[in-house]
Amino acid sequence: MAAQHRRRGGSDRGVRNWVLGGWSALALLYLFIPVFIVILFSFNDNRGRFNFTWQSFTLKHWAHPFANPDLTAALKNSLLIAGLDTVIATALGTFMAVALVRYSFRGRGTVDMFVFLPLSTPEVVLGAALLALFLTASISTGFVTILIAHVMFTISYVVVTVKARLEGMDRHIEEAAMDLGANEWTTFRKVTLPLIAPGVGAAALLAAAISVDDYVITSFNAGQTTTFPLFIFGATRQGVPAEVNVLGSMLLLAVLVLMGLNVLLQRRLSRRDLRATQALPDAVPVPV
Amino acid sequence: MLRLSLRRRRSLLPWVFLGPGLLWLVAFFAIPLINQINVSLQTGDADTGYTFNWAFSTYTTAISDYHEQFVRSIGYAATATVLDFVIAFPLAYFVAYKAGRYKNAMLLLIVLPFFMSFLLRTVAWQLILADNGWVVSRLRDVGVLGSGDRLLASRTAVIAGITYNFLPFMALPLYVSLEKIDRRLIEAATDLYANRVTAFLRVTLPLAVPGIFAGSLLTFIPACGDFINAALLGTPRQFMIGNVIQAKFLNILDYPTAAALSFILMTFILVGIFLYARLLGSRALREAAL
Repeated sequence: MAAQHRRRGGSDRGVRNWVLGGWSALALLYLFIPVFIVILFSFNDNRGRFNFTWQSFTLKHWAHPFANPDLTAALKNSLLIAGLDTVIATALGTFMAVALVRYSFRGRGTVDMFVFLPLSTPEVVLGAALLALFLTASISTGFVTILIAHVMFTISYVVVTVKARLEGMDRHIEEAAMDLGANEWTTFRKVTLPLIAPGVGAAALLAAAISVDDYVITSFNAGQTTTFPLFIFGATRQGVPAEVNVLGSMLLLAVLVLMGLNVLLQRRLSRRDLRATQALPDAVPVPV
Repeated sequence: MLRLSLRRRRSLLPWVFLGPGLLWLVAFFAIPLINQINVSLQTGDADTGYTFNWAFSTYTTAISDYHEQFVRSIGYAATATVLDFVIAFPLAYFVAYKAGRYKNAMLLLIVLPFFMSFLLRTVAWQLILADNGWVVSRLRDVGVLGSGDRLLASRTAVIAGITYNFLPFMALPLYVSLEKIDRRLIEAATDLYANRVTAFLRVTLPLAVPGIFAGSLLTFIPACGDFINAALLGTPRQFMIGNVIQAKFLNILDYPTAAALSFILMTFILVGIFLYARLLGSRALREAAL
């Protein structure tokens, strides 16, 4: 407070805040312009295959978003892979995070660093190395190899997200459960898991979003299988059909709804648990 | 049933929890990286197959053929990282200290574009920067661009695309570390007669180092390996090392060269991280890794 009083030149401060705020608004605009363009052109009544210049407003692409069978098949593959990836990576990653935060054991530091490594490796290296392995082992690439690759590179994101949640959590609650005679598994199931649920939810959402959107690693390990991003990249040469814009906008909308549901669910849980203070910061999954 | 003593169970349990995930990472992350060295030392061709025979010459040929793309990747990635820092730092500062009750809403806005396919957003940049587009026409009107100059298919477009794609990776770690700073330290500095600039340079900035470290790595590393922006917004004259690796692997089927290039890229980045960590101090690395 003392510093507050000492600060003179209030207008100076005001100007600085305006500059800072203006800069931030411009930065956000920069992030959003392409998003607006994608949504806008989903309503474009484009002539021919190209959807590059604005013609006139139409709802026809939104009326028939699944008109292109190849695109629909690609989207189906993407959603199925994302779904399976989310279940597998979230389960494996959550257990890893619990082990890394809640137990001290020899080799923990090494495992910690090892889990972090995939995050600091360029995707092109991850994809290329995995394809080289599949070639060496003469495994043909396709749906299963895409899934294997996706689980591999989303696990680390799950571990980091859930770990952050666990580290901010009061250990004593679990100790109390153990003191009251619960064994470790019961403690995990009845105490730890409900407490880290918001973090696990955020991690699952993050894993799903990364999986649906991945092009680089998938392009190496897809074989003849097409996913939504692979379809888009392939289409860039002949012009991306407007249905792609519709489906992309729909995915964004779906994520917004899921995020909203995650927030609502958390609020309900935390009201029930009277631990509202801890629950909110994980509402938005933050890519690390 | 085998009964293990409590101490033994306690020491096994974390490995039971770690087991499945760790196995997955070993099988599909660690082993492929090691196998990649094996592939890079093979010779042969796509038709007859490749055999291992310590072909180190692949590395020297790869470097002499593609050092241009390597240098370009590093240059583009470094430029984009600096631009991202310049754009993101004021944004992160604003969200952490000035946004008040709009803080969570602004954070949401920073991550929201992520959930629209990044390929679609890059295609949107193609459209924005197109030769007959609104932006190029206006820039020609005011004389910034000559009638023959283009924005698309240029170095500027590729760097702008990379900067755009990785901006949130810079903004979020910066926000986290700024948010963590104890504001009383800054007040203490001003109480001790530091002016605002000195307080910022001597207190705020050093305390934000973990965020700067994490943010610049999270931007620079993926940017180095990126090939989407060069493929969609550039021409072969802007191609980066990622484009070469992808083409060698998927179109030309020259696996040894592709594996060698990928291995060189990975080694360069690991050495880079190590040196950078030494430069900024290991404390920053530890905090960034948490």
